[in-house]
Amino acid sequence: MANTDQAEPTRRDFLYIATGAMGVVGAGALVWPFIDQMNPDASALALASIEVDISAVEEGQSISVKWRGKPVFIRNRTEAEVEEALAVPLSDLPDPLARNANLPADAEASDVNRGIEGNEKLLVQVGICTHLGCVPVGDAGEYGGWFCPCHGSHYDTAGRIRKGPAPENLLIPPLEMVSETTIKIG
Amino acid sequence: MAGHSEYVPQSAAAKWLESRLPVISLVRGSFVDFPTPKNLNYFWTFGGILFFVLIAQILTGIVLVMHYTASTTAAFDSVEHIMRDVNFGWMLRYLHANGASMFFIAVYIHIFRGLYYGSYKAPREISWILGVIIFLLMMATAFMGYVLPWGQMSFWGATVITNLFSAIPVVGESVVIWLWGGFAVDNPTLTRFFSLHYLLPFMIFGVVLLHVWAFHTTGNNNPTGVQPKTKQDTIPFHPYYTIKDLFAIIVFMIFFAYFVFYLPNYLGHADNYIEANPLVTPAHIVPEWYFLPFYAILRAVPDKLGGVVLMFGAIAVLFILPWLDTSKVRSGAYRPLFKQFFWIFAANAVVLGYLGAMPAEGIYVIMSQICTTIYFAYFLVALPLLGFLEKPKPLPASISESVLKGGSGIPVGVAAAPDTK
Repeated sequence: MANTDQAEPTRRDFLYIATGAMGVVGAGALVWPFIDQMNPDASALALASIEVDISAVEEGQSISVKWRGKPVFIRNRTEAEVEEALAVPLSDLPDPLARNANLPADAEASDVNRGIEGNEKLLVQVGICTHLGCVPVGDAGEYGGWFCPCHGSHYDTAGRIRKGPAPENLLIPPLEMVSETTIKIG
Repeated sequence: MAGHSEYVPQSAAAKWLESRLPVISLVRGSFVDFPTPKNLNYFWTFGGILFFVLIAQILTGIVLVMHYTASTTAAFDSVEHIMRDVNFGWMLRYLHANGASMFFIAVYIHIFRGLYYGSYKAPREISWILGVIIFLLMMATAFMGYVLPWGQMSFWGATVITNLFSAIPVVGESVVIWLWGGFAVDNPTLTRFFSLHYLLPFMIFGVVLLHVWAFHTTGNNNPTGVQPKTKQDTIPFHPYYTIKDLFAIIVFMIFFAYFVFYLPNYLGHADNYIEANPLVTPAHIVPEWYFLPFYAILRAVPDKLGGVVLMFGAIAVLFILPWLDTSKVRSGAYRPLFKQFFWIFAANAVVLGYLGAMPAEGIYVIMSQICTTIYFAYFLVALPLLGFLEKPKPLPASISESVLKGGSGIPVGVAAAPDTK
């Protein structure tokens, strides 16, 4: 039933709404370039992958390389460190996911899923604490892995968060073994 | 801001201008004839002091920009160039860097004055809210300014603070990359911070005008919290408060100059004289002293999102403060129970600052949690309940009466001169 109190929409009402809607779309289209200019530019995106020679990294040694402006830790772990990481029951881990960019997002955080297939001793991870972005210190903390001095997060020998405010395990970047001694990150 | 002036232009030139743009009567109404409560104590001079510091920061900032280079390869060296080569560069930079600390010292006293005398209560809620916005803008400006020298603390401070936004569910990661303009804090981050660091002080200036406009519309609060009723309660702003504010500003300048000339690096961190290195985090990252209480709240919570929410909540709660305090009495001077809670809160804020500077482990974490609880309990439990539980002391009939009789209008620690007539 038509409401007699209210006049029928007129051509003018339609024009007001159509004009207003077009105005909103136009304003949005104009604002977007001003917002998007702050996103990573072409030169930042171009630095997306690096190749690293790891032949000189002896067992028990680590190196840090810079990838996308961030440190990446490459550690050739000792047998003891690998065994220690394998012995941890998954139920003890605050973050149950592997956080490995080379595996499905729901892969569990077992030591095998953190390492590189066929090269289990090698651990490559982004050296950025998942709390607020500091660089953790190696061979430190209560779990013999990494310790972030900023807010006290402890990571184990597989780079998994064990104690402290960080919500996630250290991130494993996209990786590829190009040869026996060369690794491609990104 | 106007509306209080009985100014009538006399000269032909003044008449000509007034009929086209009434700027003379606006200024006279706001800062000359403006009726001001006659009992304002020295805590009320901090508004004027803050205005002075804002202008000083803008002036020193404008000249520093003439010598600074916003680029990751040149920023650190250009700051050393200012310190060593530019004529008086060392002084201008020390004025600007210490000026930031002076700004926060003055603003914290100003905020605590408002909290004690109930300046946030009706009808001054808008003034208070605008003040909180100024406080937020100041924090953003100070944070981005601290990044510009591109030292280790600059870089890692920027990293930690921008990473706070990664705690936002779902979009957090994208927001942080957008803020950085890359995958880590880098040149695009430095240049945008420089741009905004130059912009924000002028926005602060604009909000300051609104802040003043708002409390010139409602009239100033005063130590009794009683509204002026007759002409006996007020005096004109000029010359009484112009001269009092000027005196306070000069005393403050002495304090300021002491830091600039004798302790220029006392409030900073030595690590910031090491150039930024994205591969090494300094062992002990601490923000500048004025952020420490909020930093302690962030670290009190062992959960990333929880810590960030509480830290922002610590400031957000100030926005709703006018509606949390249920007491009809404005001034803390007439509220015996409130007074005790207020001083607990003030001491708690100082302890939080101390905890923010300590490492996040052991007893410090537990104490941070206790102090964070006290901080929020003051706003969310104490202030709403006190209005019902407390029996305030009788208020003076007017400002004039409280001044002539002396006594309870005057806060603890301020000389009670009116008694000795």
